[in-house]
Amino acid sequence: MTNNQFSAGLKAGTSIAIGYFPVALTFGLLAKTAGLSIIEATAMSIFVYAGAAQYMSLSLITLGIDPLLIVMNTFVVNIRHFLMTASLNEKMQPARKWVKAIYAFGITDESFTVLATGKKGKIPTAFAFGVTLIAYGSWVIFTVIGHIIGANLPQFLQAAMSIALYAMFIGLLVPSMKGNRKVVMLAALGAVIHCILYFTEALSTGWSILVATLASSILVEIVYSRRGKTAESMFIREEEV
Amino acid sequence: MGPSYWWMLLGMALVTYIPRMIPLAVLDGKELPPVVSGVLRNIPYAVLGALIFPAILFVQEGNILFGVLGAGAAFLIAILGGGVMSVVLGTIAVLAVYSLFM
Repeated sequence: MTNNQFSAGLKAGTSIAIGYFPVALTFGLLAKTAGLSIIEATAMSIFVYAGAAQYMSLSLITLGIDPLLIVMNTFVVNIRHFLMTASLNEKMQPARKWVKAIYAFGITDESFTVLATGKKGKIPTAFAFGVTLIAYGSWVIFTVIGHIIGANLPQFLQAAMSIALYAMFIGLLVPSMKGNRKVVMLAALGAVIHCILYFTEALSTGWSILVATLASSILVEIVYSRRGKTAESMFIREEEV
Repeated sequence: MGPSYWWMLLGMALVTYIPRMIPLAVLDGKELPPVVSGVLRNIPYAVLGALIFPAILFVQEGNILFGVLGAGAAFLIAILGGGVMSVVLGTIAVLAVYSLFM
């Protein structure tokens, strides 16, 4: 049973592994260009495991920025995961704290969205391990390969594959949108607010995703709880009549 | 890179891991107020919207059409009922053909 859930997790995480392939490959390549040894580059993918923050750190290293500032930047870029694991906690099967602390390491934008949209009901722990492991493995292995071969994929394939993670997000979102106006509103509002924050340059990327997500989730919840109440009071009135 | 690289890596690892771990380890088994858990249940869908847009438009620098085409293909395949894997591979295929011939 547990084994089945683990394999199901590996399978559900395969689209993440495909999506990480070009991104991690390019990270390995850029790390080499930035002067990182293969050990240093791979260690970053093994211990930090955060795509956007790793990319940013490379350009900051090249610019000779103070390491402390790079750490602070990493924190800002990754703070959004706090929101994701808080949300995920509501859906996860109960487990010992140290077990949850292990798979927590593997929660990225991609593994979170695969886990949170995947199953009706509680998510089994073994499933979470499957999803996070295949994603993490792909990230680390393709970092190594990118550093070793030190070259991009053929141009047409590199360009085409850079869409993979976004296509995955769309593939996860659309089935939940069908027949569910609340999901449509949440996604649309999250997208619109993020676009506004992005184009007005009001906030840096890390904060803008977090603010857009939180604002959309709260606003839609307010709309729906009001609607719930009006429907309820109408129902009561009808009953009184 | 010198030893300062490894200290930086340790710092980056900690500030990345702690926000991921705290809610799962600390909130475990706690009953949250219904409003809070309602908001938390909304997060996956709101974050998907924010992760897709506007970033998908910029996957190829200086060519928004590329992103628009990719987004269109992905939504179309997904709406037609393709699974996540078909959406991913189908969209890559569409864009690969596009970049080969454009």
